[in-house]
Amino acid sequence: MARVNLPVEVARSYCHGERNHDIAASDIRAIVKTLELQFPGIGERLNRGLAVAIDGEIFQEWLLQEVEVNSEVYFLPAIEGG
Amino acid sequence: MGNKKNHLDAIKTNEKFRFIGTRPIRPDGVDKVTGRANFGADFSANGMIHGRVVRSPYAHAKIKSINIEKALKMKGVKAVITGQDFPKIDPSDKVVGEVTVSFYDMSQNVIARDKVFYDGHAVAAVAATSTKIAEEAAALIEVEYEVLPAVMTVIEAMKKNAPVLHKGMKTEGLESGPKRSSNIATRTEFRLGDPAEAFKDAEVIVERDYTTQTVHQGYIEPHACVAEISADGMATIWSSSQGQFMVRALVAKLCAMNTSKIKVIPSEIGGGFGGKTLVYLEPLALLLSQQSGRPVKMVMTREEVLRATGPTSGGHARAKIGAKKDGTLVAAELEMEYEAGAFAGSPVKLGCMTGFSPYNLEHVSCIGWDVVVNRPKAAAYRAPGAPVAAFAVESAMDELAEKLDIDPLELRIKNAAVEGTRAVYGVKFPKIGCLETLREAQATEHYQIPLGPNQGRGVASGFWFNIGGQSSASVIVNPDGTVIVATGNPDIGGSRASMALMAAEVLGIDYKNIKPLVADTESVPFSDLTGGSRVTFATGKAVVEAAEDAVNDMKRRAAKVWDVDIDQVEWKDGIATCIETDIHKPMTIAEIAAMAGKTGGAISGKANINAKGAGAAFATHICDVEVDPETGYVQVLRYTAVQDVGTAIHPSYVEGQMQGGAVQGIGWALNEEYVYNEEGLLQNTGFLDYRVPVASDMPMIDTVIVEVPNPGHPYGVRGVGEVPIVPPLAAVANAVSHAIGIRMADLPMSPPKIVATIDAAS
Repeated sequence: MARVNLPVEVARSYCHGERNHDIAASDIRAIVKTLELQFPGIGERLNRGLAVAIDGEIFQEWLLQEVEVNSEVYFLPAIEGG
Repeated sequence: MGNKKNHLDAIKTNEKFRFIGTRPIRPDGVDKVTGRANFGADFSANGMIHGRVVRSPYAHAKIKSINIEKALKMKGVKAVITGQDFPKIDPSDKVVGEVTVSFYDMSQNVIARDKVFYDGHAVAAVAATSTKIAEEAAALIEVEYEVLPAVMTVIEAMKKNAPVLHKGMKTEGLESGPKRSSNIATRTEFRLGDPAEAFKDAEVIVERDYTTQTVHQGYIEPHACVAEISADGMATIWSSSQGQFMVRALVAKLCAMNTSKIKVIPSEIGGGFGGKTLVYLEPLALLLSQQSGRPVKMVMTREEVLRATGPTSGGHARAKIGAKKDGTLVAAELEMEYEAGAFAGSPVKLGCMTGFSPYNLEHVSCIGWDVVVNRPKAAAYRAPGAPVAAFAVESAMDELAEKLDIDPLELRIKNAAVEGTRAVYGVKFPKIGCLETLREAQATEHYQIPLGPNQGRGVASGFWFNIGGQSSASVIVNPDGTVIVATGNPDIGGSRASMALMAAEVLGIDYKNIKPLVADTESVPFSDLTGGSRVTFATGKAVVEAAEDAVNDMKRRAAKVWDVDIDQVEWKDGIATCIETDIHKPMTIAEIAAMAGKTGGAISGKANINAKGAGAAFATHICDVEVDPETGYVQVLRYTAVQDVGTAIHPSYVEGQMQGGAVQGIGWALNEEYVYNEEGLLQNTGFLDYRVPVASDMPMIDTVIVEVPNPGHPYGVRGVGEVPIVPPLAAVANAVSHAIGIRMADLPMSPPKIVATIDAAS
């Protein structure tokens, strides 16, 4: 199971404040689908202004990125640059 | 691909590169120093007319009516537009493929609809046969306003009874759902461990509030563009920006056009620093062109740049750090409120993520509040959000070192983030060079020299993520063996030279035989914009792959000529050699290129990538100042910037980034600030009053390049452009604090403020 960590503001709006979720999935798209089934509306929110870190590597475009069985997945604010 | 392995092996064995690490003259250098280079305002087109913008004279007001009749009747006026001429955008429309942004907000920022939200907000635009006529016509446009109370600071904006800028905006991230509209867009929080509990174990605690003011990116070249739309609806835009594809995507959305109908040709860019990662004039010019049937040129004045573009957030921060007496950090907290400007979206989240990242902390929390105020919408500025957070954290670290009587660099070294350290945003760092920059700073001669009366020394560290993203590159081998390298990223800091050097390294041919191009949106595939310290890393990675593709193509051609397997062809120093036998005379790139027609046609390589593996950047700066206690004038005596750059492709341009970032940070610390009057109108709208540092203010900024190669890049590159602006605010503040013996926690440290601080203390 991948350990998925959500931003506080997203967790509070959609998941009763629960930030950590263990999800069996092979990529981020599957993780988002699983979360959407449990917390309707969260899929759209996760697609808005967020990046994803998978085992330390940050992806701005993350939909099809693969995850391992024990991956750490963090949804993070997208990193804009100057 | 054997080449990839070889690159990192070369780094590991300290084998010298042939081209990387050298300092050739930049390909665009002669044009730029002789004035031949074309910047945004330099372009002209046949039949071109000129556009001007009508801007709000109020910080906050309802638009009751706009009457354009008089302006339209004026001789020479060809078009007048208002917000009503733009397509309506749904408030929920926030994302498209090429950029992630609130188009609804951006559309309103480009030109106001029902309300103006800041002094200088665009309300109408006019195009005429001369700039003078356009200005006169703009003055004839009658706008009736209902003036509303303005909210200028986060403190005012967060009050319960504050006037609300956006009815319906409710705070995201509160524990219990928001009940009413607010100026607070978001509350965000990052946490590791249990800081509240851990503080109980602290033997020493420092805690203090810090404030900073709104500052502008201060690029020298104002925004400028020419837009032309033909009778068949095909548009061409020439503009100065940090991304031609970004301009195309945003204009397409804001003007409801197909991307394929817009061609964007990038000009040279006279500085951006993040402030040119979005559009202001381009959609206006395009609509004016559509109405008039003529190419329309628009160029901002300096006053417009300061009133209506950029800036970055001012804000408030509260930092608290607890430690053991031996200097081991046990807990830390940071809470910050940033001005977003007129629309939600300050970089406070990134401030929260970066502030404590140079340190190994098990118990740490960072809370951020994104607050709208009646100022221009905050735009990206070099390491967005990080400098203000670092100002608070690094000042607190300095105060902690004082309290503990520990050398401030020793304190940082003791607690430095290393490979495997988990940052407050949850991610464990891979190989990083934070500790290395601290040790190199400690070893500098600068850090040892004694100080005189009224002098002080400050140090500070900083972190920036760096990003990868989408980049494309084409490598075209000309019939004579010279090479063109085309990419889609405007050259802000010498990237043409870096691209050429990396291509030269792979191809094994002389740098001077490579011509790097910044191509328009129809000549190369999509690339993300120039920003996030990504170009030398990500676009460089694309260039390396494209050059490898071209090398493989040439090896195939040689194998065909020699009638051997491609595995029998070795490529070195621009020459193909047959390994199997010496009966075949080696072929140079020029010889292979000359017979391209006989071996399959033109030779080229390409790469379209979404680059992974961006390496984080850390820097440590040392600043010496002398303060005149009578006038409050601060002279920077000496300044050293130490930075882990991974691998310096062109060390001069790496040093230039380090020096430029340091100087911008020094200006932020000492002088720069937006000054508004009581009505919320900007008072310092020129460089005489908005005081950026000039060369005569500064000593030579010394640089120490530290190279901890990034394993995510074939040559070990880390982005270098942003982290140098992170430490200077605190480095300067710590130096001034030591010079006058009073902790300075409010920027800018302008002479009147320093005199007042000294007077108050005495």
